[in-house]
Amino acid sequence: MSDTRKQPRSQPIDPERHSTYVPKDKKSTKAFHPTPMLDQLESGPWPSFVTGLKRLAHENNMMVDLLGQLEHSYKTRLGYWKGGTVSVFGYGGGIIPRFSEVAGMFPESKEFHTLRVQPPAGNHYTTGLLRQLSGSWSKWGSGLIAFHGQTGNIMFIGSTSENTQHFFDEINEYGFDLGGAGPCVRTAMSCVGAARCEQSCTNEHRIHRTLVNNFIDDMHRPALPYKFKFKVSGCPNDCMNSIQRADFAVIGTWRDDMQVDQQGVKDYVGSHGRKYTIDNVIARCPTRALSLNDDDTLEVDNKSCVRCMHCINVMTKALKPGKDRGITLLIGGKRTLKIGDTMGTVIVPFMKMDSDEDYEKLRSLAATVIDFWAENGLEHERCGEMIERIGLANFLEGIGVEVDPNMITHPRTSSYVRLDDWDQEAQKWIDRKKQAAV
Amino acid sequence: MAQAQVVEKKKMRTPIESGCPDGMQYMHPLMIRNFGNWKYHDRPRPGVLHHVAYSGDEIWTVRVGTQRQLGPYEINLLCDIIDKYGEGHVRFTIRSNMEVMVSNWDKVGPLIQAFNDAGYPVGGTGNSVTMIAHTQGWLHCDIPGTDASGVVKSLMDELHEEFIKEEMPNRVHITTSCCQINCGGQGDIAINVQHTKPPKINHDLVANVCERPSVVARCPVAAIRPAIVNGKPSLEVDEKKCICCGACYPPCPPMQINDPEHSKLAIWVGGKNSNARSKPMFQKLVAAGLPNNPPRWPEVAAVVKNILYTYKKDARDWERVGDWVERIGWPRFFELTGLPFTKFHIDNWRGARNSLNASAHIRF
Repeated sequence: MSDTRKQPRSQPIDPERHSTYVPKDKKSTKAFHPTPMLDQLESGPWPSFVTGLKRLAHENNMMVDLLGQLEHSYKTRLGYWKGGTVSVFGYGGGIIPRFSEVAGMFPESKEFHTLRVQPPAGNHYTTGLLRQLSGSWSKWGSGLIAFHGQTGNIMFIGSTSENTQHFFDEINEYGFDLGGAGPCVRTAMSCVGAARCEQSCTNEHRIHRTLVNNFIDDMHRPALPYKFKFKVSGCPNDCMNSIQRADFAVIGTWRDDMQVDQQGVKDYVGSHGRKYTIDNVIARCPTRALSLNDDDTLEVDNKSCVRCMHCINVMTKALKPGKDRGITLLIGGKRTLKIGDTMGTVIVPFMKMDSDEDYEKLRSLAATVIDFWAENGLEHERCGEMIERIGLANFLEGIGVEVDPNMITHPRTSSYVRLDDWDQEAQKWIDRKKQAAV
Repeated sequence: MAQAQVVEKKKMRTPIESGCPDGMQYMHPLMIRNFGNWKYHDRPRPGVLHHVAYSGDEIWTVRVGTQRQLGPYEINLLCDIIDKYGEGHVRFTIRSNMEVMVSNWDKVGPLIQAFNDAGYPVGGTGNSVTMIAHTQGWLHCDIPGTDASGVVKSLMDELHEEFIKEEMPNRVHITTSCCQINCGGQGDIAINVQHTKPPKINHDLVANVCERPSVVARCPVAAIRPAIVNGKPSLEVDEKKCICCGACYPPCPPMQINDPEHSKLAIWVGGKNSNARSKPMFQKLVAAGLPNNPPRWPEVAAVVKNILYTYKKDARDWERVGDWVERIGWPRFFELTGLPFTKFHIDNWRGARNSLNASAHIRF
């Protein structure tokens, strides 16, 4: 154990404008509960959420009791929230209802619901907007906001049943809408992407909004087998963790040669050394597609490159994605429950995302996937689990997508399979190749 | 009566189903002007990104760690700093760090100083330990085995230096999860609840609270069956089959899985979402049986730091934790960290055969 947490924080220059600040005036009327365990989380260099909760408890009684219940959880090592049914007029989801099981001890926070609100695509805000959202929430709720939850929502934590409607009405008027909760399309996420990243291969924000805003009815009125998440990353670095965390992952990529600035390569070798370049760029290429020439220029076997991004991440000034850009789609990522973790599977190796028609094609494919899953998925079965149950080939047939060797790591290794229509299926491939050649 | 209902309905406001707002309206003007036209980036110092556009425009981003759960005081404090030393525009990363964009390098130093003076760390870029993926825990979740904010706070206190510096072989993403659903996702190092005893069933409540067929269907190992207990319809668990995952608890709260003593914490390593070098990887179990010990979980922090600093010392540049273990092999991982290797590390879930060593590849 290091002793950093025991060290006192350096004295703030202005104690009234510091993460450790606690107001002198107490506006809440209820006495504080003793919180000896939570108090131990106020020391140390990282900003303390406990100090934040205490500041709010100076403002309202709800947070006084919330702190009491949290301390009770710390002491007994158990949670005390139960779900229920709360929504706003016209919607069936978007709110996480929380009723306290220990309301007898902590009555002021007996209702402590969270509203899930969709942030702007790319999580961009102005300070004015943050203050406005914070002001609305201080008026109707506890004042506590999480930026952001694991699905990507702004989480407005701590409201009574009645005030959820008032808060929603207020922020809905200035352009904010609830996200998803329950068996429905959930709030989506996209990376900073084209707004500030040279590795971006597509317009993440437009894809994000095209997808999720098209299924807004499926978000607000939960009626699907289970949750369905869209996530959009602008390149295979996948900063949105979409392959593992999204039912429908969109990843920007390119299909021509990567861009190489040979002078940039020489500069990198010059500053980092030849051994470092070979060990950290050339040797780390997963498909051995790179070679350093004797004159310190880079040779790229683009046909073998799998667009992993490593060399581009290392030599940011010398290497870039190619110019013929688009997206790869993977479907079926999710966490453990119920069959174990699944990564998404490639369903579309490449599609262009330039014209309005391209966006319509993507939207229409997403609708087909959701419709097929809604009809064939079992209750509480994620899309990836359904694919596991029925087999990828059946899923592809269901959504009208042709097979492609990019969808697999390697072909079947088991001979226990019936191949009745082999000739017919082989002919399909040959016909498709002929058509592509035309 | 019918008329009263109509009047009541009229008062209700119809929602505007506007969905996800357009981020462009809140974006820094330089980001709008150079949208899709960025040339390269570098990192002039830990916590700062510098992007250069084809137009010649440059933008600097200062990344700030926060407690994620923000109240009006914190929001106003941070916004005042951004308005005074920044340019009024801010965004959040997936790991709850704030990013403040400015158009001039000269603004970066005073901005960092102002955040530090207010008690907020600047860092989390490049090969640092960035903010821990954060779930809800006892603060708000209905099924948590532990807290989230407290675990994150106590670990980030310990790892503060690694957040503000870039001294790791590659970036380190740590995640936490308060139940075995694992909202925290994959991480280089993941800290997850692992229950060790079957649920305790309150048979008086099951019939009224739980939709029994759904609960039976939810079990990953078919260990739950309908039963009449004390004359009431309820559910029973075949405790020999039960894997103590807690999947039955959310749809059926009377099947309490959380236990102050027997809900333990486990550490997993080598998860990776990026496609860089290797394909995305799942995390693997390395340590378990750690006590759920609030408010600072010292036993967990000790194992995390052991793994982290072993990795820091032994891994080569650009190796993520998973890449490092793939090079050195699992025997060496357990040797270097001193963590015990047990029969529980050998997978027996579906697909487990793929994780067995079917070769003569042995490291000595």
